[in-house]
Amino acid sequence: MEWRVRLRTGRMLPKDEKMRAKRSIWKVAVEKGIEVVIHLCGISAIVFVFGILFFLAREGLPLLWKEDTTFSISKFFGSTEWYPTSMANKRYGIFALIVGSASVVTLAMVIAVPFAIGAAVFVSEFCGPKIKETLKVIIELLAAIPSIVWGFIGLTVISPLVIKVFHVPVGLNVFNAAFILALMAMPIMVSIGEDALKAVPDGFREAAVALGATRWQMIHRVLLPAAKNGLLAAVLLGVGRAVGETMAVLMATGHAINIPFVTSDGEFNWLWMFESVRTLTATIAAELGETGQGSDHYRVLFLLGILLLSITFIINFTADVIVKGIRKQI
Amino acid sequence: MTTTIKRMTSPGVSLGLIAALGLGLSGCKRNTSDQLTIQNIGSDTMVNLAQAWAEAYQAVEPAVSVEVSGGGSGIGVAALLNGTCEIANSSRHLEAEEMEKAKTRYGAEAKELLVGYDALAIYVHASNPLEHISVEELSEIYREGGSVNKWSDIGVQIPGVPDEIVRVSRQNNSGTYHYFREAVVGKQADFKPGSRDMNGSKDVVSLVESTPGAIGYSGIGYRTDKVKVLNVSKTKSDPAIVPTIETTLDKTYPIARPMYFYTPPDVASHVTKYMEWVVSPEGQKIVAEKGYVPLELR
Repeated sequence: MEWRVRLRTGRMLPKDEKMRAKRSIWKVAVEKGIEVVIHLCGISAIVFVFGILFFLAREGLPLLWKEDTTFSISKFFGSTEWYPTSMANKRYGIFALIVGSASVVTLAMVIAVPFAIGAAVFVSEFCGPKIKETLKVIIELLAAIPSIVWGFIGLTVISPLVIKVFHVPVGLNVFNAAFILALMAMPIMVSIGEDALKAVPDGFREAAVALGATRWQMIHRVLLPAAKNGLLAAVLLGVGRAVGETMAVLMATGHAINIPFVTSDGEFNWLWMFESVRTLTATIAAELGETGQGSDHYRVLFLLGILLLSITFIINFTADVIVKGIRKQI
Repeated sequence: MTTTIKRMTSPGVSLGLIAALGLGLSGCKRNTSDQLTIQNIGSDTMVNLAQAWAEAYQAVEPAVSVEVSGGGSGIGVAALLNGTCEIANSSRHLEAEEMEKAKTRYGAEAKELLVGYDALAIYVHASNPLEHISVEELSEIYREGGSVNKWSDIGVQIPGVPDEIVRVSRQNNSGTYHYFREAVVGKQADFKPGSRDMNGSKDVVSLVESTPGAIGYSGIGYRTDKVKVLNVSKTKSDPAIVPTIETTLDKTYPIARPMYFYTPPDVASHVTKYMEWVVSPEGQKIVAEKGYVPLELR
């Protein structure tokens, strides 16, 4: 606040009036120009978001009220039959794709969250500065690997290993993709988790130790609850990364339309993580390039885009609500 | 997605351009030593071949550079309809709907040029004891509602490997997928759900390479030492045929498909010349060198 007051009083002084008079029109114009640019930067994010929304809606929604089409919204969500290029009977059911995305992301988080939080705790609480620096560099290196490379590793390295170790028919499956996604989501989760732990005041640690708590008790009872907010944010960012990932899952899931939880006899499949699936993102990536602009298939793929956007929006919104709720409690 | 871009430029390009510009400004006729480019986009199956052609043509006609990129037959056709390429590579026929669009875009039908053949090979893992398969059996394996789901259904046992047939297929708008549906699965039929739909010809082969229970289809040009190529017969009682140049040419190998160039009805003379060269003996020699099947030369 102080600077504003000073500025306001400063402007009242006659000395300042003189200074203003001395400034050339050119300089004033430049300043105004910069102001406008900064203003535009501020609102550009909003403009882009609405621009993207508008574009997605314009390309996707016309299909909903088109007359001569085999598309129907109930089959869209309820059917597992995805035959957008069939000659005889075009069908657009994405239930299998939703299940595929959900199963891969869930398993990825089951693998990644314990490791990421463990790594964050270790980096922030246990290791010395030298190890800490090395570890952080290595973890960030994981984030620098392009996703197509991860996909390639999944296809050529992990796939044969999975077949050999687990004796399953195919190595491109939920487990393979989830393993890769876990590695990909880990760096962001570790670094944000570590920041959250670092933000807990040292007084908390000192008080816990002074009360006779062991290191483990301090972490378990004091640090983790205190950093709950930031850790949750870390996990949700990891989920967002995993849901949106495309190239790696395209190559590692096997890209097969399949409900992994049901066996061919209709029973629950306990080995679901070794079934091939297909995700929403990979479907868009594989098919959009070759569809005719404006065709039903093209519009359905844009509807998939709208669905993905809604999913990430809901994740972010829930995260926001939860984080705000926790803040109020404290 | 395997998109490869090969740019063919000679050191004299910029000099030539500058010279051409100078000539243009001085009001002279356009010099024939202009660097002319041909955009050649499309089929993933044909991309290796198209690149080899482009490279060899550099020696034949240094003033023309052919820029090749892959992505899939559909991408090539889309580029043709959008007017962003001179030649579209396609491993399938243009569909009626696409021909209509070409008509509205160019006022006449797109021109088609047969440039070679590709034998579609059926790949299995190296440890698979199977030697030959019939188109009928392939249809039962891949068709929606087909009766073959396990290796034991066609009398095959792969020691130490689960019985399930791991079907490897292509994404649903690739030219190879379209051809396989037409020639094997049935034109009005659809694929059995649950096949692994790979996003490139090469990915099919590498997945089969690492998966003992797998079967897949892809161009013969993508063959490696680590996979087995099956002999294919029309029906179970017919003799099984090895995919070779001869068997493709005399049409005894049942699943070979033509490869096409599609162009707008009117093209510049340097494009016509390039296309003439591609189907000439010199151009067709490269087809055989790259593992595809050349046109029968009379």
